[in-house]
Amino acid sequence: MGKQVAGFESRTCPVTRYVVDLASERLIIVNAVSAIVFLLIGGIIALLLALTRWQAIHLLPSVWYYRLVTAHGISMLVAWIVFFEVAGLYFGSTVMLNARHVSPGLGWVAWVLMAVGGLMAAFAVLLGPLVGLEPSDVMFTAYVPLKAHPLFYLGVVLFAVGALIAVGLFFANLVVARRERRYEGSLPLVVYGLLTAAIIATYTLLQGAIAFVPALLWSLNLLPSYDPAVYRNFFWGFGHPAQQINLAAMVAVWYALASITTGAAPLNEKLSRLAFILYLFFINLGSAHHLLVDPGPGFVWKVFNTSYGMYLAVLGSLIHAFSIPAALEVALRKKGFNRGLFEWLRKGPWREPGFAALVISMFIFGWIGGVTGVTMGTEQINMIQHNTLRVPGHFHATVVSGTTIAFMGLTYYLIPLIFRRELKFKNLATWQPYIYGAGMVLVSLGMITAGIQGVPRRHWDIGFALAGGPSVFPGTVNLSLAVLGLGAIIAVTGGAMFMIVVLSSVLFGTKREASSLMLVATDREPTLIAAVEDDHPAPRGAFALVIIFLIYFVTFYLANWWLLGRAWGVG
Amino acid sequence: MLAPPRNWWKPLGRQERNWLLVAFVWCIFMTAMMPLWFFFGRQNVPATTYRVAPESFVAEVNAFVEQYQIGEEQLGSTTLPVVAPPPGDVFLLARQFQWYPILQLERGQTYQLHLSSADVSHGFSLQPTNLNLMVLPGYDYVVTLTPTESGEFSVVCNEYCFYGHHLMVGKIIVQD
Repeated sequence: MGKQVAGFESRTCPVTRYVVDLASERLIIVNAVSAIVFLLIGGIIALLLALTRWQAIHLLPSVWYYRLVTAHGISMLVAWIVFFEVAGLYFGSTVMLNARHVSPGLGWVAWVLMAVGGLMAAFAVLLGPLVGLEPSDVMFTAYVPLKAHPLFYLGVVLFAVGALIAVGLFFANLVVARRERRYEGSLPLVVYGLLTAAIIATYTLLQGAIAFVPALLWSLNLLPSYDPAVYRNFFWGFGHPAQQINLAAMVAVWYALASITTGAAPLNEKLSRLAFILYLFFINLGSAHHLLVDPGPGFVWKVFNTSYGMYLAVLGSLIHAFSIPAALEVALRKKGFNRGLFEWLRKGPWREPGFAALVISMFIFGWIGGVTGVTMGTEQINMIQHNTLRVPGHFHATVVSGTTIAFMGLTYYLIPLIFRRELKFKNLATWQPYIYGAGMVLVSLGMITAGIQGVPRRHWDIGFALAGGPSVFPGTVNLSLAVLGLGAIIAVTGGAMFMIVVLSSVLFGTKREASSLMLVATDREPTLIAAVEDDHPAPRGAFALVIIFLIYFVTFYLANWWLLGRAWGVG
Repeated sequence: MLAPPRNWWKPLGRQERNWLLVAFVWCIFMTAMMPLWFFFGRQNVPATTYRVAPESFVAEVNAFVEQYQIGEEQLGSTTLPVVAPPPGDVFLLARQFQWYPILQLERGQTYQLHLSSADVSHGFSLQPTNLNLMVLPGYDYVVTLTPTESGEFSVVCNEYCFYGHHLMVGKIIVQD
């Protein structure tokens, strides 16, 4: 380790001792920066949308509301998340293994395809109508027979091709790293998690081609018709696993943040790896939960698939929900915080942005996102939730809070370690996960409570003023929507804090080599270890936490069956 | 973050094993709930579907309206027929941007509600009971529906169907 190898321009990180391929580092940087740019655009749009759903404000006119919901979906779910994941894939397959990037040239081709594709789709949606093209205000889901301009579909396809190339490069990097013996032992768990994400990404992106290429041909009038039910099936065969890529990548980042901020290591590699394997086998089945109230598929198909095969993929998440806090607990108990069940948690490095991001991300993802998701995906319960605002309430807790907060947390460490700049505005970084997290909790709860009362998603005016104003929803929905609006203001403030820290550091931070892993709590600098010793302290506190979580989960789940039972008879 | 030694296989600790067991039992319970409710619950997801050309479905709806229309009602700027069918097959058409017609049903009676669209996909969202189903063109989705309360109920469209999406709100009347 630390040797210069022919054909491999590198440096050795002074903190982690990783051998860093400089060509790979440049690719990591360009993908991470692209991600942040789309996050910024999507975030500004988010504020405008929330202030429109907050009926008292009702900011945007209707067409622009629908247009920006479309743009927001593409900017966030396609561009921000996937660009960041590509940066993460390169990081995991090269830097973390002291290995070289097998083809930086192809990596740049991938980036160009993704950038051109993303911009093309954004252009079609936002600027197309202004230059005389047919509008592409069809939502990110673009359900046939709604038809967008061909540039919309072409943009998404190009982006997907670029991402697929990047995923292929990840696999190639891993194979070559192993063949060239760049590391001793097994893949670090973080890379193993990214590998699961990459495998899921492969079939996801191929499925995306199966959904979108016919749509492109149909929009060019080269395909006479495209059955709407078939399109929905194909789309969600792509769209749902796309979220599971984010899930696997987020969990990998959780293990990384746990390591970086406390020196934690997985207590049982076998258990954590099993959990990732459960994702691989079962997670794609869950696509069915988007089709639970569609005409066509029958009960057995819907129930088996929506349950991820007896909830085995959910079991994977439940394992990580215990394993990561348990790893943190063991690491912190070993540092001396051994009193009672929770001293380790109370005395955690809460000032350290990565630790705060880790805990807040896990909490929101599990308690709000995960629980609502599993519940909504229950076949019959889906009838009281489908297309209500509960659905965005759920995924703003999973991907916008869980995945995004974890990715934001990791970004702070990339600044000294990869960008090699001093982190500016460290106080903002300390507070940012809390503020963004609090805002997003309010956004999710506002959406969920509105959805429980029947408020639809993707809807410009639930007061139906233009339809003669029938009073459909109880007045209490306005409280929920106000909570959504206020939460969005707070969350966007948290997003702005993130942008200020990251952009000013990357553009104006002093260029210098990293000197510690910790950014703020430098008195708690951890030691990275490869494995936990066998006689480690028992994670009794983490066990208590997951039991409490389970009791809450059971209660929420059963309450929804009760809610369903009050509806009209249907079957 | 670091590569662990190759032989990382080791037995589970006590808390790990206990949690795995508890979590697995919960997964089995959730799996069982859906078939249990299928047999014992009053609310299940409809599963009867027919392929139908949109024009044919529109013709069926028009014939249905002609047979059972009892009047008209103004909803916003549209006038819609009010139809009072007997228990049996009833029809509701979704199209940009209305629900056609207004149905008048009886509490406690069971109807086979045929849902389809004349153009793009729509979302049938019955409020405030909050029952939500997809309405796709080319598919006749047959819903066995039993109103359990009387009054006037709204049908909101909750699947984005282009610029007039927020104009789509229909009505179902249920008499005692």
